[in-house]
Amino acid sequence: MSAHTQHGSHGSMGTLMTGFALAALLTIVPFALVMGEVQISRITMIGLIMGLAAVQILVHLVFFLHVNRSAEGGWTLAASIFSVIILVIVLAGSLWVMHNMNENMMPMPDMDHMMNLQSQQG
Amino acid sequence: MSTEVANAGEVISPIFGRLTLDWIPYHEPILIGTFAGVALGGLAVLALMTYFRLWMPLWRDWVTSVDHKKIGIMYMVLGFIMMVRGFADALMMRAQQAMAAGGATGYLPPHHFDQVFTAHGVIMIFFVAMAFVTGVMNYVMPAQIGARDVAFPFLNNFSFWMTVAGALLVNISLFVGEFGRVGWLAFPPLSGAAYSTGPGMDYYLWSLQIAGVGTTLSGINLIATILKMRAPGMKLMDMSVFTWTTLCTNVLIVAAFPVLTASLALLTLDRYLGTHFFTNDFGGNAMMYINLIWIWGHPEVYILIIPCFGIFSEIVATFSGKPLFGYKAMVYATACIMVLSFVVWLHHFFTMGSGANVNTFFGITTMIISVPTGVKIFNWLFTMYKGQVRLEVPMLWTIGFLVTFTIGGMTGVLLAVPPVDFQLHNTLFLIAHFHNVIIGGVVFAVYAAVSYWWPKAFGFKLDDRLGKATFWFWFIGFWFAFMPLYALGLMGVTRRMNSYADAAWQPYFIVAAFGALLILCGIICTFANFGYSILNRKKLACGNDPWNGRTLEWAMQSPPAPYNFPQEIHVRGRDEFWRMKQEGFTWAESYAPIHMPKNTATGFLLAAFALAFGFAMVWYIWWLAGLAFLAMIAIGIGHTFNYNRDYFIPATTVTATEAKGATA
Repeated sequence: MSAHTQHGSHGSMGTLMTGFALAALLTIVPFALVMGEVQISRITMIGLIMGLAAVQILVHLVFFLHVNRSAEGGWTLAASIFSVIILVIVLAGSLWVMHNMNENMMPMPDMDHMMNLQSQQG
Repeated sequence: MSTEVANAGEVISPIFGRLTLDWIPYHEPILIGTFAGVALGGLAVLALMTYFRLWMPLWRDWVTSVDHKKIGIMYMVLGFIMMVRGFADALMMRAQQAMAAGGATGYLPPHHFDQVFTAHGVIMIFFVAMAFVTGVMNYVMPAQIGARDVAFPFLNNFSFWMTVAGALLVNISLFVGEFGRVGWLAFPPLSGAAYSTGPGMDYYLWSLQIAGVGTTLSGINLIATILKMRAPGMKLMDMSVFTWTTLCTNVLIVAAFPVLTASLALLTLDRYLGTHFFTNDFGGNAMMYINLIWIWGHPEVYILIIPCFGIFSEIVATFSGKPLFGYKAMVYATACIMVLSFVVWLHHFFTMGSGANVNTFFGITTMIISVPTGVKIFNWLFTMYKGQVRLEVPMLWTIGFLVTFTIGGMTGVLLAVPPVDFQLHNTLFLIAHFHNVIIGGVVFAVYAAVSYWWPKAFGFKLDDRLGKATFWFWFIGFWFAFMPLYALGLMGVTRRMNSYADAAWQPYFIVAAFGALLILCGIICTFANFGYSILNRKKLACGNDPWNGRTLEWAMQSPPAPYNFPQEIHVRGRDEFWRMKQEGFTWAESYAPIHMPKNTATGFLLAAFALAFGFAMVWYIWWLAGLAFLAMIAIGIGHTFNYNRDYFIPATTVTATEAKGATA
């Protein structure tokens, strides 16, 4: 690791340390939330943890993988943004599609009832 | 309703897995006839190659070659061979449906018919269309950006042979075992362990996974090539439109193919390890597979068509004798299509029950994506407007495409309306629609590309009369073969029917079969044209720039030297070769040695073991699968110790090569 810090393109010791501090903080906070049994609603808790995880990803990308506007003539940043767009489309879209499909499904008790009726007739 | 993986009573031998003699279909006369034909033809080829001592040249100049031009040509050869196989399936289906009306059963038993339509779809998309498109991109794109080869020449060779391994595995299923009976996208639960018990479905999975490795790697390779290997001075907005479309298509490949790999891997786990991703037990959901596979599947059709838009852009500009109309609009339209192709996938399953909100969203996005496509159509029309249009063979295909593709696109917009789709879903209307855009778009583009770039690749033109005959047979044959299917679809005829009761449908199917025969004539003309033109190559010989081209590939010799360009070209703008010709460009007389990548057999060996691995996995021959996998790892690691990867072409050789046929 120390060999790499010599080169400008791989980030200076300062940025790496900033990244390390942020990453550590973003890891400690969610652990503390869970282990300290903080009294907030379950939904808020999950939201907080997931949100901090998303920020964690950004910290890794910016400070450790050096995704910024100058790296590789901007291609690294463009490729990352494109990947994020596609990921959001695929994940959010799939959740939306499958959620709606579940909502529209006949509730299971009704289905059992209907199948009983059918078996009585047939 | 638990689903156990292994069939009760199936014996799995430690040596041969579940492969027994019963799996060789010697009781099926059609297959035996085909096998005899293939075997005799293969033996004749082997004998001729031995007689003319072609084995060493084949191995040295082609199999181990890392030259993007040779790999491109090999992709085209693979595409044409597999097209014959896929088209034979199509003829069988047309014949069956023309016969099996009103109580008649035709000549194909249902299980065989199901395998035929599955194989037809898989082969035509993965091993014909993809092979063709990758082949053209491989051959043309590096030349258009003034490069000597792709960014990773060895990877290119490896990608090609992985595609071949996948294609071979599909063809092995014809004579050893069976193929899937599940349709080309293999929806569970039909494709799951409970309902597809034989090896057919596993042939499907492993052949696509093996070929998919090749496709993904080739996508990475071509993106890196365009971003890193452009001739000095060539800005992105100086690239030809074909290079732009290649870039967008490969971005789509890299973004979409992992989804296919993941979906198929999950299905493989369901089948092999008894997991429940896509079964109703233990919280699995078959509809998730359909959702995932179309997240790949819709970008896939754009992966096929976007480079074809590029091919037509090159041809229309060249044969109209003027720069392409609306270059920037073309580039932005392509980029738009690239992103939009990821937000329309649900239109393939409007009927699955996501409800009105979801269906409306995806219906509207589908209609929006036709806007940039329409922009392109007008750009091509305006390029021809007031140009000096030469109606050579590539231009015939282009005009045929404009007419056919526009109509296919409009039936697509019709299908984008969810209430209409509820009527037409899974009918022959859909079949007619996607053949209308894939034949009218991809196949016509590939034929156009072959007739356009053939002189560059081999130094002589294809015969004009046979080329025109090919076009007219395909064009008219297409309309005869698929217009009846639109009508049938509107009558409610579903796809994939082995036989049907209503004899009133039969005349339409007979017309469709007649159309398929016309296309057969077109395919025969294609091969006749190749043969005739090769025999008469002296008479058909042409210079380096037979069409008065505009882009850099025409600055190379025909056929090109291994190094493409003897010197670096400094690009100052779009249509650089056109400007070079205006300025009376000639190469400087003194050349420097040229740094080139060396051939390697590693890609071929890796793919050979991948094929053995796939075959072993299909038949549960675990020892062979393990050995083949270890061999792949060992060869892969071994290759990293190969430092003997490059060489220099001495300046004297370059001088001699250039003196033989001075270019420009």
